[in-house]
Amino acid sequence: MIVEANSLTKTYNRGKTKALHGLSLGVEEGEIYGLIGPDGAGKTTLFRILTTLLLPDSGEAHVDGLDVQKDYRQIRKRIGYMPGKFSLYQDLTIEENLRFFATIFGTTIEENCGLIADIYAQIERFKDRRAGKLSGGMKQKLALCCALIHAPRVLFLDEPTTGVDPVSRKEFWEMLKKLQQRHGITIMVSTPYMDEAMQCDRIALIQEGSFLKVNTPQHIIDEYDKTLWNVKCEQMHTLLTVLKKWENTESSFSFGETFHLSVKENAAPADLMRYLGGHGLSGIEISEAKPTIEDCFMSLLKTDYDER
Amino acid sequence: MKQFQIFVQKEFKHIARDTRTMMILVVMPVILMVLFGFALTTEVKNSRLAICDMAKDEITGKIHDRFAGNRYFTLTAECSSVEQVYEAFRKGEIDIALVIGSEFSQELGHTGAGSIQLLIDGSEPNQASTRAGYAQQILMGFAQEMAEKNGRSIPYNIVSTTRMLYNPQLKSEYNFVPGVMGMILLLICAMMTSIAIVKEKETGTMEVLLASPLPPFVIIMAKLVPYFAISCVNLTTILLLGHYLLGLPFAGSMPVFLGLSLLYILVSLALGLLISTLVSNQLAAMIISLLLIIPTIYFSGMAFPIESMPTVFQRVSTVIPARWYVSAVRKLMIQGVAVKYVIQETAILSIMALVLITLSLSTFKKRL
Amino acid sequence: MKDNYVIVAEGLTKRFGEFTATDHITFNVKEGEIFGFLGANGAGKTTAMRMLCGLSIPSEGRAQVAGYDVATESEQVKRNIGYMSQKFSLYNDLSISENLKLFGGIYGMGRKQIKEKTHTLLTELDLIKEKDTLVKLLPLGWKQKLAFSLAIFHEPKIVFLDEPTGGVDPITRRQFWELIYKAADNGITVFVTTHYMDEAEYCDRVSIMVDGQIKALDTPNALKAQFRANSLYDVFLSLARTATRSDS
Repeated sequence: MIVEANSLTKTYNRGKTKALHGLSLGVEEGEIYGLIGPDGAGKTTLFRILTTLLLPDSGEAHVDGLDVQKDYRQIRKRIGYMPGKFSLYQDLTIEENLRFFATIFGTTIEENCGLIADIYAQIERFKDRRAGKLSGGMKQKLALCCALIHAPRVLFLDEPTTGVDPVSRKEFWEMLKKLQQRHGITIMVSTPYMDEAMQCDRIALIQEGSFLKVNTPQHIIDEYDKTLWNVKCEQMHTLLTVLKKWENTESSFSFGETFHLSVKENAAPADLMRYLGGHGLSGIEISEAKPTIEDCFMSLLKTDYDER
Repeated sequence: MKQFQIFVQKEFKHIARDTRTMMILVVMPVILMVLFGFALTTEVKNSRLAICDMAKDEITGKIHDRFAGNRYFTLTAECSSVEQVYEAFRKGEIDIALVIGSEFSQELGHTGAGSIQLLIDGSEPNQASTRAGYAQQILMGFAQEMAEKNGRSIPYNIVSTTRMLYNPQLKSEYNFVPGVMGMILLLICAMMTSIAIVKEKETGTMEVLLASPLPPFVIIMAKLVPYFAISCVNLTTILLLGHYLLGLPFAGSMPVFLGLSLLYILVSLALGLLISTLVSNQLAAMIISLLLIIPTIYFSGMAFPIESMPTVFQRVSTVIPARWYVSAVRKLMIQGVAVKYVIQETAILSIMALVLITLSLSTFKKRL
Repeated sequence: MKDNYVIVAEGLTKRFGEFTATDHITFNVKEGEIFGFLGANGAGKTTAMRMLCGLSIPSEGRAQVAGYDVATESEQVKRNIGYMSQKFSLYNDLSISENLKLFGGIYGMGRKQIKEKTHTLLTELDLIKEKDTLVKLLPLGWKQKLAFSLAIFHEPKIVFLDEPTGGVDPITRRQFWELIYKAADNGITVFVTTHYMDEAEYCDRVSIMVDGQIKALDTPNALKAQFRANSLYDVFLSLARTATRSDS
């Protein structure tokens, strides 16, 4: 395990706000480990503890075999960190930023050229442009280059794709995959976008400072044990309220152009057809749905809500 | 070392690329110097005058009457010897004195030229030169009139040799310039350093720096260097302005004065550093730095003499770095005293620098 | 028929020096419609939205919002629209009811009206118990829903939502959309930008901007048919690939 944590807890405001509730995790060398959860779930706090920027209230964590509290100096040499907010110098050019970060990590751009070559090639023609004048996608690439410049053992990326459009997000994940495959870098990445979960080798679903589940994305989907249907009709707004009131409905969530309806065990599509027809809906289509990570997350969230 | 170098380079780039800040840094000292230097003096009225007339003849009597009747001067003393004049200056009874030698009228009659000495209290340089100007005008007017009366084609020439007396009473609270210097250096060093560090916290770059192997000590030192350099530039500007524009003398040792100024700059930088460790946004850093100005104005002795403050305030003033700097600069610049007289100030400022730097280094967090 | 349009944009253009951020966009939005305004980062969405809200004057072309010209009658435009940005727009150090009172007051609502509306709104959101809670103590999802309610508190004709659901958990995201539906059912036109392509499917009509121009505009189903794609995500990808200025 290249990153390990044991029952980490962290509170803010003198214990009033709980950020982490005894979190434990293990990241294997060379994997892409995703931390999936909404804002305020504790993702950033966890990252800051692992990157030695915060001390946990209790529990312990190791990165590359080093203790985050005692050996913080050593850890800082071996990790790359990209905070959620764009954190480069806006008034320095692409090249100046890169050179600066290379130097403070005691290396040069040339030395680790191979690692960032692919990514840097995409922004190189703008190398004399100030970082503040770059588009979101380019800033993100520059930030990634700066985090990689010293060939870190582990890369920590805190919400690198938040607020980024689908195309840039897709490109970004392709870059991460290449880094993993060609250079064997371990990547720990957090995201609020559920659809990005499938890009990770393993994911941890996190909510309010606790993990709901940790596994490969496929396993998590396989473990979803409810019956799930796709439902659509011509009057989608009405469908929303009607579906919620059906006696066999466990949960109903909109998914793009359809509703994902999880139903009680003995319910049959014909029953629903009859029920919806009775409410004057037309053009009804019901089919079996394949669950996604989002379905799993919501179902876990819901049980979590209900238990409390 | 390389890390340090590139960090310093980066800081200079930040400053150079922010034209607004750059302007503030370079222009503000000039504006403040000129404002404070000139705002103090406009028209000088009721200058207290002493006349030391050793000739006591008809001509000198007329000069006497002319000065006595002028609205800019109030004749407060008649002296019979130069010693008496100096005594009056020391007591603070007079601002200006006219010394007329016993051979004045004879010389004037024979050669058409006579000389008179003007002695002026120079602790307020602007007022002093204004007074000298008035006195010279009166003398010139008198010489012209006399020539007309006697039907001379060439006017008489009354040469007045002016001598400024620097602080005959050893009182220096009138003198703003050292105070302005102390204030400007404090403002630039404390405000700019604290903002520069806090800005990195605010934009999130501090997070990346802390997660790197860069030691906090390097971050701090690299932040201080550019502002130290700029302060040195400012110091030079202030000195040149003070000397050539405001007529400030440099009576004492220049190396000692420079050394003392550098020490004061260090104290101010350390103060800025301390502020930056205590606040987390640029606005707060700016407000706190500006708040430093208030005690500096009130308790440094630049505006109000410390000796006449209540004891409590006198005690408060001892923790204001500017107080010691201003006091030392006045001694060095205006009175031209020997180094041994500013040892106390130097020692206190050194201790302040040491304490502040240690304090801010220990409060600078190596984590978020 | 044209009277039914609450947003009419004709050749709307904004230039910044040499750079044309929004390049002659022409479109209409019907009353009560949920209109999805999509585009990659830097495609010109924000600029267009700022012009429609009367915050920025067009370099060329014109636009009417709620019947008022955005360039010459921006005050009336602002009076008739609601706006909710990505960044949270409530006062954190005021309580829920204080926030509502303040915004109601800003839009010139009477005291009694504010009181009644506050009550109905809080009942709907199930926040009656929390009405004196400081906003900063609320979970993000609640804040987001509250911010939306506030944007439509003065019953505007149109509400502009700029990435309203970024970073919100999936259940709250859906509850948020239920609020949008409800507002639309009450006749409020909703103009929304989002990076979640599934949310784009919830819109009545969707436009996709590329390089400052609207490259596609239709109902989600029609767009999918037109591009022979299974989802709007694929439509978006195939269009965004044609972008030439994606990074400039």
